Amino acid sequence: MATLAVSQPQIRQPGQVALFFRYLRRNKSLAVGLVILLGLCIFTVYGMLTADLSNAYPLSVKSKQPPSLEYPLGTDFFGRDLYPAMVVGLWQTALIGIVAGGLGTVIGVFLGFIAGYFGGPLDSGIKGICSVLIPIPAFLIQVVIAGSLDKRDVTIFTMAFVVLLLAWMVPTLVIRAQVLTMKERQFVSVAKLSGVGDLGIIFGEMMPNLIPFIVASFVAATFSAVFASFYLAVLGLGPLREPLLGNTIWAAQTQSAFFNGWWWWPMGPAIALVLILGSLALIIMGLDEISNPRVRKKE
Amino acid sequence: MSIRYVIRRILFLFLVIWVAATIIFFIPRLSTRNPVRQRLAELARTGGFAPGDIETMVASYNQKFGLDKPLLEQYFDYIGGLAQGDLGVSLHKYPRTVIELIMDAIPWTLALLLVTTILSFIIGNLLGAVAAWPRAPGWLRTFATPFVLLQGIPPVLMGVLLLFFIAFRLKALPLGSAYSTGVIPNWSLSFALDLLAHQILPALALILGSVGGWVLSMRGMGVTIHGEDYVNFAEHKGLGPTTIFRDYYLRNTLLPQVTGLVLALTTVVTSGIVVEQIFALPGIGTTLNQAIQNNDFLTIYGIVLFITIAVATLMVAVEFIYPLLDPRVRHT
Repeated sequence: MATLAVSQPQIRQPGQVALFFRYLRRNKSLAVGLVILLGLCIFTVYGMLTADLSNAYPLSVKSKQPPSLEYPLGTDFFGRDLYPAMVVGLWQTALIGIVAGGLGTVIGVFLGFIAGYFGGPLDSGIKGICSVLIPIPAFLIQVVIAGSLDKRDVTIFTMAFVVLLLAWMVPTLVIRAQVLTMKERQFVSVAKLSGVGDLGIIFGEMMPNLIPFIVASFVAATFSAVFASFYLAVLGLGPLREPLLGNTIWAAQTQSAFFNGWWWWPMGPAIALVLILGSLALIIMGLDEISNPRVRKKE
Repeated sequence: MSIRYVIRRILFLFLVIWVAATIIFFIPRLSTRNPVRQRLAELARTGGFAPGDIETMVASYNQKFGLDKPLLEQYFDYIGGLAQGDLGVSLHKYPRTVIELIMDAIPWTLALLLVTTILSFIIGNLLGAVAAWPRAPGWLRTFATPFVLLQGIPPVLMGVLLLFFIAFRLKALPLGSAYSTGVIPNWSLSFALDLLAHQILPALALILGSVGGWVLSMRGMGVTIHGEDYVNFAEHKGLGPTTIFRDYYLRNTLLPQVTGLVLALTTVVTSGIVVEQIFALPGIGTTLNQAIQNNDFLTIYGIVLFITIAVATLMVAVEFIYPLLDPRVRHT
């Protein structure tokens, strides 16, 4: 490697950060997605620092007020100030997504490696369980689980748990497929021949090369977790007291908000969810470009 | 297609249904909630009878619904009933059976989902194919981009936005429900138009929410086909662009897209359920939602199981028609 005799100042390598921004300029969907997500984060953090979050719960302000200077997003039928409700809702939605998506990915990576790397009956067992569970509409099973819980006990974390129960199959299959192809690559064989143990190969050789896929499947799992918890909440199965975004839409719908002219009530959370899910979808598309060179655009 | 393959897939289908049924049976029984007691407590609140009676009523209800037997016996009764197409009785609308409730609701859901799924599949695939096709006019290709951006937005949110802009602001279309209040369903033209007007927004929400996915996957597929030898050959042979587009692009992407359609089935059904709830349409989603609100557990489990069976059966059925779409596929 060190035989090239070029004095250092002649080749000025751009730094990692500069390279990253240069890449973002090419990968538009990743850039736009990240910008929207960053904006949402700033809004949430700013709101949590400045707004009175206790007003996000019923009977704290004057009800049914349209957006004004005092209540930027209006207030709802139950006397919630919708601006702090939005801040808390965004935070809780992010929490459910990250907890369920993160744990789903961890389980997926774990099972995917076991199945793909070690193979044998363990592999056919894990793959069999996944292929039987995947045709079952996960959302409906989540409805049954969430419906069996006592409504007073449902918290943000029970929601995340319910979503997680059926969120690990897809990451497992994705990681397993990647491990299967990577296992046959030369550098893995070389490592094996030079006496590196299984754990050394998994963590030292394969895992670093799979990082793009793991990140992509984490974003995808977060997306589906947010999606699933939103759908459950729209059916009224969320933690009813919390101002989760889906809960607010459900509450507005049960009070016929549009019929009564309270348009601001469901609109805020709907736009927030469009931004969250839209930005995550854009990031997924952008990451797909990194991890799947086939669709990578030429410079 | 060998007979062994058919038998294997059908056995797999039964396995999926059995696993789903077992999950649906055992999960609620792990929880501390007692649906019968809850239902009776609710009746007592509204009907006003002495709480002392409740214990005897719980006992007699449990006996009637077979809930006093050992768990395993209940489980076998349940699976046995399922094999005969019996999903139990509604707790809320007793003595109506769950199957009756489902049959009342299913035409609404089926009509809406069938029309919107077929339309969005056709529109999305055509747009995606055009977007990938280098010979297509520029304006047509950029036309597809906004639909890709819609792809991450679930149909329900699309529904809320449409309700706001088209029904609430413009007052162009009704704000939900199946037909205008006070109208008695009949066979007249005006009622048909009324019905149609109420279905446009939910249908639009479902189509806009799902078309982007098709555009995206079709575009990805079309790009890989472009530059294939057989396409170049067809071009040099002097075939017209329409023929190449239809017989070379669309034909070869059909199979993966149909596979995508099968995989999307669950999403379609789920979105349908939630969209119905937002637009207050009398379909299976609204029935499910009412059952959730009324703690009508047996109906919830019945509907969930019914949809699972329907989706899993469709998935296996579509596999059987693959060989018709692509003669290279032979199931062994």
